[in-house]
Amino acid sequence: MGTAANLASVSHLRPVPDPKPPPRSAEAGERPEPTIPELERWATVLRGECVRMLAVAKSGHLDSSLSAADIVTALYYRVLRHDPERPDWPARDRFVLCKGHAAPIQYAALAHHGYFPLGDLMGVRQIGSQLQGHPDMNRTTGVEVSTGSLGQGLSMCLGICLALRLDGLDDTAQVFGVLSDGDCQEGQTWEAATAAAHFGVSNLTAIVDYNHLQTDGTTEEVMDIGDVRAKFESFGWDAVEIDGHDMGQVVEALERSRTLDRPAAIVAQTKKGRGVSFMEGRFGFHGKPPTPEQAADALAELEATLEEQTKALQTAGEDS
Amino acid sequence: MPPEAKVEPIATRHAYGDALVELGERHEEVVALDADLAVSTQAIKFGKRFPERFFNVGAAEANMMSMACGLAASGKRPFCSTFAIFATGRAYDQVRLGIAHNELPVTIGASHGGVTTGEDGASHQMIEDIALMRAMPQMKVVVPADYNQAYTATTEAYELGVPTYIRFGRPSTPSVYEEIAESLGGGVDVLREGKDITLIATGHMVWRALEAAESLEHEDGVEAEVLNVAIVKPIDAEAVLGSLSKTGVAVTAEEHRVVGGLADAVREVAAEQHPVPIFAVGMGDEFGISGTGEACMEHFGLTARGIADRAREALVLKPIVSRPPLFGPEWS
Repeated sequence: MGTAANLASVSHLRPVPDPKPPPRSAEAGERPEPTIPELERWATVLRGECVRMLAVAKSGHLDSSLSAADIVTALYYRVLRHDPERPDWPARDRFVLCKGHAAPIQYAALAHHGYFPLGDLMGVRQIGSQLQGHPDMNRTTGVEVSTGSLGQGLSMCLGICLALRLDGLDDTAQVFGVLSDGDCQEGQTWEAATAAAHFGVSNLTAIVDYNHLQTDGTTEEVMDIGDVRAKFESFGWDAVEIDGHDMGQVVEALERSRTLDRPAAIVAQTKKGRGVSFMEGRFGFHGKPPTPEQAADALAELEATLEEQTKALQTAGEDS
Repeated sequence: MPPEAKVEPIATRHAYGDALVELGERHEEVVALDADLAVSTQAIKFGKRFPERFFNVGAAEANMMSMACGLAASGKRPFCSTFAIFATGRAYDQVRLGIAHNELPVTIGASHGGVTTGEDGASHQMIEDIALMRAMPQMKVVVPADYNQAYTATTEAYELGVPTYIRFGRPSTPSVYEEIAESLGGGVDVLREGKDITLIATGHMVWRALEAAESLEHEDGVEAEVLNVAIVKPIDAEAVLGSLSKTGVAVTAEEHRVVGGLADAVREVAAEQHPVPIFAVGMGDEFGISGTGEACMEHFGLTARGIADRAREALVLKPIVSRPPLFGPEWS
């Protein structure tokens, strides 16, 4: 079984040019590449934003956002070549949240990168807000395509990959789609998986946020999707399985995926509600916003985590 | 070189294939997708000419529509083709969210609309696609009457760049237009003027409506006005009202369910602004059956005689009209 540990043994690689985004404005400056502990700290920050957003919205999918937090953080803070000042930069990497119900985690990442003001986050799911319940490409800067209907996202990613190929950008721009358990239950995902291998796209990475919980119960109870890694592999993809909350593994697998000459699946074993202990891996929170008390408890825990992570970073900084 | 208008009977789907090649030659960003029906839909012509811009996705229509979304979101101009049944019935949600909701410039070229699909029977005869696509926000619905108009519909879909559903047919049909126009205009053309009754038709029923008007004139001395509604949504209300206010009674004709299709499109306009009796020729609460295309049309009364007979019934009710339209052209 392919794990992050034995990734080096796989041979189907391709050279990857490393284009630089257009220079940032002077005041923005160059952003140094964050370390793994720094990424972990950012993931906690984004998790906190999700709790606050959905407590205010009084609706939405908190636990689904939390399970994807480490993946989304690794992408936006380290792996994606993107430029908030030029969201339409043609050679940018694309991020597609196929599991559109986890929109809050993407919104938090976009806002923290300056795609729109941080203050906008608290309007999510409310009338007049640009932040819809599920990502909307025509309303929200930084959203590549609208999603929210499970199963469609991977096909959309494939369409983007083919457009990039026609534009001669497929060697530089990688398309990253984050899928859910539910996406893997939809037949269309496997239509897309078939077609991606058939069309030989090499710039597609599908990350499955495999959190084993869905609306009506555990994924195993409702409709077991089994060994997703093996499934993707049998469709002709490169497929690895990682711990989706181990930031080192997440970054390594994502970075590696852009070096492959075929579509890449990363099956990330995750826990729904990760980071908030009373939700973590527990059934019954899908699509349910936190009560004010739950939000307070969750934020207290996340703030404690953040403090710990910040302190550890400071100590490490002093040591070096 | 401007495209050549067809005089001889030919299927509208051929216009899709021919126009697509022209668009491909003129515009680098045009791409075509098909779901293993490229010969039937005629997208194969584009595929042979521009293999690198043609994507046959196999029997996977949902995937095709969402791929088109991704392509269009990245600056391409996708044309997706398959049978009408699969384009609308199977892939409704994909068309809805990925294409219409995003207001992306994707054209859906749906061939084999209606019962003229023939022998394949009910599973393949799509008779509610116009209703489905009319109900979808932001989706434009075009049903050309012949090859020449179908050609214009296809090229204009590129020019306008909005989500567009175009319904093409399987059988060869007589030409209605003598040339390939640059634009469909408002989408409603008066093909024949008359003062007694309006025959409002779309697609394969247009040439039949013209025949019906002939027979009404010769057998009954009735002067029927014939309208071709090529753009069913958004319908040119003013053009429809212009004729209704003149004749005071109408018969619609479509190779489609009377629910949600042309009949309802016309009735919506009339009911709000100029209520007059409007009779519908079309499919009732029933599915298609196997037979030759023409036999199926006969079976369901989708013929010139069917239209003429319904017109005779409608004329009996004409006198109830008593007031001018609220909006639109002057009462005459």
